[in-house]
Amino acid sequence: MRDRVSQVPGYPDEKQFQGFIRRRRRRGAMWRTLFLIATSVGIVVLSALLLNILDDSFGYVAVKNEIEPAALLATYAPKRLPMERGGADYQILRELSRDVQVQILRDHLSQGLIRRLESEQPLDQRSQEELGDLIIERVVEPHFLASWSLFDSVFHRARIKAEVAEMDGASLRFYSWLNPKFVVSPQSSHPEFAGIRTAILGSLWVVAITILFSLPVGVAAAIYLEEYGQKGRLNDLIETNINNLAGVPSIIYGLLGLAIFVRALQPLTGGSLFGIGDATTNNGRTIISAGLTLGLLILPIIIINAREAIRAVPQGIRQASYGLGATRWQTVWHHVLPNAMPGILTGSILAISRAFGETAPLVVIGASAFIIRDPDGPFSKFTTMTIQIYQWTARPQAEFRHLAAAGIIVLLALLLGLNATAIWLRNRYQRSY
Amino acid sequence: MPDILTLPRPSAPSISANGERYAITAENLNVYYGAFQAVRDINLKIERQKITALIGPSGCGKSTVLRSFNRMNDLIPVARTEGRVMFHGKNIYDADVDPVEVRRRVGMVFQKPNPFPKSIYENVAWGARINGYRGDLDALVEQSLRQAALWDEVKDKLHQSGYSLSGGQQQRLCIARAIAVQPEIILMDEPASALDPIATLRIEELMRELRKEYTIIVVTHNMQQAARVSDYTAFFTVDEHRTGYLAEYGPTTELFTNPRQKITEDYITGRFG
Ligand SMILES: Nc1ncnc2c1ncn2[C@@H]1O[C@H](COP(=O)(O)OP(=O)(O)OP(=O)(O)O)[C@@H](O)[C@H]1O
Ligand SMILES: [Mg+2]
Repeated sequence: MRDRVSQVPGYPDEKQFQGFIRRRRRRGAMWRTLFLIATSVGIVVLSALLLNILDDSFGYVAVKNEIEPAALLATYAPKRLPMERGGADYQILRELSRDVQVQILRDHLSQGLIRRLESEQPLDQRSQEELGDLIIERVVEPHFLASWSLFDSVFHRARIKAEVAEMDGASLRFYSWLNPKFVVSPQSSHPEFAGIRTAILGSLWVVAITILFSLPVGVAAAIYLEEYGQKGRLNDLIETNINNLAGVPSIIYGLLGLAIFVRALQPLTGGSLFGIGDATTNNGRTIISAGLTLGLLILPIIIINAREAIRAVPQGIRQASYGLGATRWQTVWHHVLPNAMPGILTGSILAISRAFGETAPLVVIGASAFIIRDPDGPFSKFTTMTIQIYQWTARPQAEFRHLAAAGIIVLLALLLGLNATAIWLRNRYQRSY
Repeated sequence: MPDILTLPRPSAPSISANGERYAITAENLNVYYGAFQAVRDINLKIERQKITALIGPSGCGKSTVLRSFNRMNDLIPVARTEGRVMFHGKNIYDADVDPVEVRRRVGMVFQKPNPFPKSIYENVAWGARINGYRGDLDALVEQSLRQAALWDEVKDKLHQSGYSLSGGQQQRLCIARAIAVQPEIILMDEPASALDPIATLRIEELMRELRKEYTIIVVTHNMQQAARVSDYTAFFTVDEHRTGYLAEYGPTTELFTNPRQKITEDYITGRFG
């Protein structure tokens, strides 16, 4: 072998050849290192991001209660001893008998407030849990005087303790900003009680509308372009346009959505045409406007991906189908679509994730800055998780920054769930040729 | 075997059956791909219930002619066909003829086995179902697989994927699939080129068996195969513009033992192509 290499004219001789191989090896190793560095940079950045979020999601808070739970317990339930550990005494308030809870509320709240609460739902019909929460929110009224990041809480405990000791009536608690209450509570201007439920529901509604609009339309357009459209200049022109549309900044889509869905189609998107929705206050700035706008935004991506997936279906399958006397429609419906489905789903996952994370166009079409009521249909006013997170980060108080971090974790978890569902769906339909 | 003949064939209003000698004929057929003329002036009369082999050097337009018999060329956007292909006294390129109907009656088997990514059963049943077959589907599937000499090998795994079969079995599955829609003519484009010699022999056996009920037109590069299996042979070649034309056509034994044209002789003896 070696002899042959040195013998063949035009090729390097034995010695040169060895050196040549070494040089090639070195070059390969250099590239390998570069790829490794690139990967490491990615991992480092991702870890930094996650650490930063976690850092803000947990940590000490200094709490000051208007009325200490211990004091309440001493008066109303002397037999129940308050716990030493922070937080557990709140739990005891939720476990008191309902008679006692109602008594506490009647004794501490103003007549007017009681009447309002009664009219929402009579007190003695509410659950223990609900009454306990009411007591904590209205009677105990905890305020966060200060809050610290996880890093500070772990490494500067002594300093934090000293600081809190000087605050009047404050106690130190280790607090998880991400907690079940956070997920199920509506928006509030008090960081102690604010939750992300309204925004989660808003996001889900908006994305549902987005999917309902863009998936069928996008896939149908892709089928038309791939299977029916005449190949030619017009098709090329359309293809170029769609590719360009996929690159248009999302804020432009926001402006488009504002002009079309919010303004021009206001009777439709505001719901007044159907007699639903609160058209006088929503001005067309509704879930359906937001969903359709994001639908337009991801439509080009879905079309491009779906076309790709349809093109990847082996030509032999189409020929076999036509060869049996199938019509174009039968070929598309029975063979092309089912075989392209995994690819279409994969592409759509990415597009839908993008819609889920969009903020700018929603700001433009007018997401509500502050709503407490859950969205109850496509014609409600809306906020989404990204909007909510954005608004929290924009507030001056540090507490809202922690809420934003917790919100990001919920958002990431939902995105992960969304992707996992899609991957599961894709694997279910996966076919091999 | 005769019961397959009694299976109802959907009536075809625009193309009526009669007792002609020829199954299908090409008359002055020209096919173009864009500006390029692939074949010119093809006149070819295919005998009923015989095997006709199309042979010739690569690129001479055998596949092109074959596809023009069931309008599969329609699926190639740049392809254009002139001339006539007569089937039951009707030109299949007439405006009032539906290519879907033509393809149901002139089936096709391709060079590369291309089963659907479905079960073996579905592969055979699908064509019948979309063509409105109302009889006993199980029976039809069994008959088709038996005719394709595949039944014994797959009868216990009808619901496994068509892709779980070997290449030769896949090709026989494709033949069974074509048979299941009860065509009159089966076009085969190098059906054995992707197979080993044993599988090839099985396909050839199968073709001889099928000849009893179907007219078969087969493209092949294998001279022995053409000589072994076919009744008639059409030899195509190309002119100086690389346009294909029919150089010689006749009974296989005659064409192979006593070719009238020098170029045919050169080709079949391996001195050309
Ligand atoms: N889809 C197409 N577009 C453009 N030209 C084509 C197309 N299909 C075939 N041709 C051309 O038409 C001519 C005939 O092709 P065809 O496939 O019919 O040849 P063939 O005899 O079947 O060759 P082979 O034996 O290699 O399969 C060739 O020159 C080929 O390049
Ligand atoms: Mg060919």
